[in-house]
Amino acid sequence: MGFMFKRLNVFASLGMITLLSGMQNAFADKPVPWQMKFQSAATPVMEKITSLHDLLLVIIVAITVFVLALLVYVAVRFNEKANPVPSKTAHNTLLEVVWTVIPIIILVIITVPSLKLLYFMDKTHNPEMTLKVTGHQWYWSYEYPDDGGFSFDSVLVDQEDLEKGQPRLLTVDEEVVLPINTDIRILLASDDVIHSWAVPSFGVKSDAVPGRANETWVRITHEGVYKGQCSEICGTNHGFMPVSVTAVSKEAYKAWVAQAQEKYADAGEGNIRIAKVIKTVQ
Amino acid sequence: MAHADTAHGDHNHAPKGIGRWLFSTNHKDIGTMYLMISVISAIIGGSMSWLIRLELAEPGIQFIQDLHFYNVLVTAHALLMVFFVVMPALIGGFGNWMVPLMIGAPDMAFPRMNNISFWLLAAALVLMVMSTVIGEGVGTGWTLYPPLSTADYSPGPSVDFGILALHLAGASSILGAINLITTILNMRCTGMTLHKMPLFVWAMLITAFLLLLAIPVLAGALTMLLTDRNFGTTFFDPAGGGDPVLWQHLFWFFGHPEVYIMILPAFGIISQVVSTFSRKPVFGYLGMAYAMISIGVIGFGVWAHHMFSTGLGVDAKAYFVVATMVIAVPTGLKIFSWIATMWGGSIRFDTPMLWAMGFIALFVVGGVTGVVLANAGVDTAFHDTYYVVAHFHYVLSLGAVFAIFVGIYYWFGKMTGYKYSEKQGKTHFWLTFVGVNILFFPQHFLGLAGMPRRIPDYPDAFADWNMVSSIGAGITMISTFYFFYVMYCAFKAKVPCEANPWGDGADTLEWAVASPAPFHTHEVVPDIGTALPAE
Repeated sequence: MGFMFKRLNVFASLGMITLLSGMQNAFADKPVPWQMKFQSAATPVMEKITSLHDLLLVIIVAITVFVLALLVYVAVRFNEKANPVPSKTAHNTLLEVVWTVIPIIILVIITVPSLKLLYFMDKTHNPEMTLKVTGHQWYWSYEYPDDGGFSFDSVLVDQEDLEKGQPRLLTVDEEVVLPINTDIRILLASDDVIHSWAVPSFGVKSDAVPGRANETWVRITHEGVYKGQCSEICGTNHGFMPVSVTAVSKEAYKAWVAQAQEKYADAGEGNIRIAKVIKTVQ
Repeated sequence: MAHADTAHGDHNHAPKGIGRWLFSTNHKDIGTMYLMISVISAIIGGSMSWLIRLELAEPGIQFIQDLHFYNVLVTAHALLMVFFVVMPALIGGFGNWMVPLMIGAPDMAFPRMNNISFWLLAAALVLMVMSTVIGEGVGTGWTLYPPLSTADYSPGPSVDFGILALHLAGASSILGAINLITTILNMRCTGMTLHKMPLFVWAMLITAFLLLLAIPVLAGALTMLLTDRNFGTTFFDPAGGGDPVLWQHLFWFFGHPEVYIMILPAFGIISQVVSTFSRKPVFGYLGMAYAMISIGVIGFGVWAHHMFSTGLGVDAKAYFVVATMVIAVPTGLKIFSWIATMWGGSIRFDTPMLWAMGFIALFVVGGVTGVVLANAGVDTAFHDTYYVVAHFHYVLSLGAVFAIFVGIYYWFGKMTGYKYSEKQGKTHFWLTFVGVNILFFPQHFLGLAGMPRRIPDYPDAFADWNMVSSIGAGITMISTFYFFYVMYCAFKAKVPCEANPWGDGADTLEWAVASPAPFHTHEVVPDIGTALPAE
């Protein structure tokens, strides 16, 4: 079993290397065949999630192996043939205290880093910029309130329109562009039903709920293109509204903003959005 | 105590014809009907899951061109399996059959109410099936989150049919719970104090209390959704001052105890079987009983761990992380007590024991991934991915459903009077054990890699593990057909089963009556005195 897993891991790494060689950035930021672990972390939050999960994985594998070993042992040692006369022991206070206290200790060991992580990832206290994300059936729209408030829709590219190298179901027509090494506050809202904006490499998954604004944050540490998918069932095309984020250097981001302000100048008018709401509700 | 006289015409006057079943007030007949409805629903719900795995075997859309229909399948599969397979089998089926037998009562406390609670469930099943074929079908997922489930986004009668189906199933469960609680508290035989009840009866008592407290909350939420859809109220509509997240709180306040409603009876069955086949009393009986009580109590205080991505305050999340982890302690205690029961025993590996050991092994896997998911931070990565799908199938599909098979094989002789083939039962176990692990284990990897649940098509990178998973589904399907063949053979061969086929380890009262259990049992209240080994 272990051997097989190791082989699969090697296989997975090979797949990753082939993938990387075809890309400009040194980052596996979308799933690869036979993947058995998280996508690589591109934010401090995902780094911390990954390291807590590494700890948890060791603990749960140890517990599972321990229990399975006990099961195998009792099956071999105490089967009818090996032990014809059963004992009548039905108590052992010390044992019962031990198997209550040890799990509590293990849980405390887990809880401390877990709560630290939870409070760390809750929000950024000094955001340098804000991205507003709105979920629709079935696409995302993005607004940049700090850079003139332009906004645009980001819609899935159909299979027949894909260019070579673009992954199916993960490619959008208009990418969200964000600067690296910047504390970015992300505000989420929805136009119709509940959606969930998720990017595995960022360790971000936050629901877009109609009637409220949810907040999360990212600080992207590497340039790259990061993929995610809607993560709350939202109707017929739930599987077809991906998230695609391009992270670039701060300078490149400024240049992109300058041209985006012109490109998306017409969008973002309030009345246009209201028209959209009526259209989706009909 | 062997009721040889109950085979006598006077005491065994079962009504003839269809009236025996339609108007039944007999706990055994009603239990049998519950098991039948569970089998029927399992065939429908299981077929749906095979359609889902067929579609997911390869990337792209192959079989289900109507993507909404995929969502309908996902929704109906879950609702059928939860409300019409696991609950009727474990609570209505084995609960009805075995609780009166085990506590030495002649029947349930309210036999006529028992009848109505069964037929309400039958009506609910009809409504549930209709909800998928009338209109467009319910495509919201079993959680029915508004606004997706409101009239704007799910027009047509389907969701209303689904709501009414759940209402009836809920009413059925509440009546059943009242019946179980009354029976267990008032009708135990002479000498059977609460601390001498078999653990299966303890499990049913706690389950019944959970039902009684949780189902009304679901009923309230469903009614609010129904009026939002049809009468213009805005409980869940922000435009009218409502809040979609309110639904999630109400739904999961029911939904989390619901998972214990499904697994506690399974714990009870496993305790009986492990003790029987180890030929030892259950280790730490009192600890086992109070572990179930504490699981039931704490289970009401952890609901929002299903909602970590909804936008709860960070302090609320911290509370729900800690409360959820606490449940791992009594659950771990149960696992260790089962192993300690086997320790020093003289274990017979008959079919029920094989299934019970399979249950323990797989429930541990599902349990430890539950501890991972309890951490809100890590859950951000896992929420709504296939990791969650793998987790709850390990505890339900491989936990609760394994326990149903344990119960079927353990009590088959008692219920039918026939013996099944041990060889066939064991073959069925190994086939299923291999199949479900190939089916569900790779889904952990898909979840780690980030594959969301409830999608009919997926990015190509997820193709390989999905194919492995679908192959596992194929093996599981074959093993299910094989199960029906095992049953067919047993009913055809008609090998008579003795009153107690399992030997001196089987010391509960159901083994003191003939096999099959006569139509009326325990007409004279048994006196267990101090004979029943407990504490």
